[in-house]
Amino acid sequence: MEITSRELKTIPTTAELTFKDTLGTWKARWGIGRMTFNVDPGLYSLGKPDTDSPVLVSANYKMSFDSLRKELKGLNAWILVLDTKGINVWCAAGKGTFGTQELLNRIAIVQLEKFVAHKTVIVPQLGAPGISAHEVRKYSGFKVIYGPVKAKDLKQFIRLGMQATTEMRTVRSSLYDRLVLTPVELVGTFKISLMIFGVLFLLNLLGLGPFGVVDFYGYVGAVIVGCVITPILLPWIPGRAFAWKGWLLGFIWAIIVNVLNGWTAVPEHSILRALGYLLILPSISAFLAMNFTGSSTFTSFSGVLKEMKVAVPAIIISIVLGVVLILANTFIKL
Amino acid sequence: MQNLYLKNVATLKMKSELCTGCGKCLEVCPHNVFLMKDSKAVILDKDRCMECGACAKNCAFNAIEVKQGVGCAFAIIMGWLTGSEPNCDCSGNSGGSCC
Ligand code: SF4
Ligand code: SF4
Repeated sequence: MEITSRELKTIPTTAELTFKDTLGTWKARWGIGRMTFNVDPGLYSLGKPDTDSPVLVSANYKMSFDSLRKELKGLNAWILVLDTKGINVWCAAGKGTFGTQELLNRIAIVQLEKFVAHKTVIVPQLGAPGISAHEVRKYSGFKVIYGPVKAKDLKQFIRLGMQATTEMRTVRSSLYDRLVLTPVELVGTFKISLMIFGVLFLLNLLGLGPFGVVDFYGYVGAVIVGCVITPILLPWIPGRAFAWKGWLLGFIWAIIVNVLNGWTAVPEHSILRALGYLLILPSISAFLAMNFTGSSTFTSFSGVLKEMKVAVPAIIISIVLGVVLILANTFIKL
Repeated sequence: MQNLYLKNVATLKMKSELCTGCGKCLEVCPHNVFLMKDSKAVILDKDRCMECGACAKNCAFNAIEVKQGVGCAFAIIMGWLTGSEPNCDCSGNSGGSCC
């Protein structure tokens, strides 16, 4: 198949993003139709590259590819797109699909040596967990140079003679970086939220619990605290574990909900119910905040595992207790 | 603003007798964990390590050891539920929280 046909094939591309590309990025951020977000693997020509032009390696996730090419205005370059099954460079490198093997294969398939006279490929630094530079060199003769973490530093990197500063080499988690990740978190909770509302509604129908508007905004608030507010305020919340940070803000939210409802002074809002909220709402926020570890850029597997061993049982126990209290409260009143 | 995570959990280990001081690990580490000292790489701050595995993979002399893994709670939960190794599988359809 591809590997046996020896015809030389490149795909032209540009540094301009069309409206459709931008819309695509926006949709992906909100988690709409993420499945179909690939580009074809292969060798792309940007501008008018010749045998001296740099070769930049990317993933076939469209957002990775787009964010690379939009930083290359005015450059002539080759872009070698690996088949990472539509997954971004960082995640694919962790899985190994953005890896030594695929890079070697792709270099062979496109016959890179026929396009460039030099023997270097520039791989994004975030792809390094998947690539063994010395092995690539051993088997293909191509030298891997790790480019900067952010595509926007690429031009300067090339200008400096393929040198990255420590600044360019370090991953930062800026407020903006965290902000753009929150919509997907939020959308991801919609389905499960609908299920929870469904169950509450059924219980209401059965006359078991008059779940009302307070439960509704209490829950929605806890979700927003866990998915949006905690990630945004991350560095400023005391403590280190994500679940703890989420729990802390969720606890504040639960107190607010209780105070808004007259704390325990109003008979309808009894102490049992107030305690129930204090147990449930922070747990929801804690769980969602914990899930943000996947979007952060500095959590380790060992760390997350350690955090979860404490957090997951605590969250489950606390939610069960809270639900029991609220139900008990309902029955006492009946 | 420096983001800090849990202390003393990372599995990163350096066998300095194997290190040739080539500097590759300093180049690939996204968290500036290493420092070159007397032509050997040393671990400057282990707590900054996110276990991405880039350093170990790119050390041609096998001087670095780290258990590579994803620091993603969602992936770990899915791993528990399906009984498989946790991996970053959610940039597909699930709208999951990772990556
Ligand atoms: S990559 Fe390996 S040999 Fe090179 S400096 Fe780092 S530890 Fe030493
Ligand atoms: S595993 Fe990744 S973060 Fe940790 S020291 Fe190695 S390169 Fe740096």
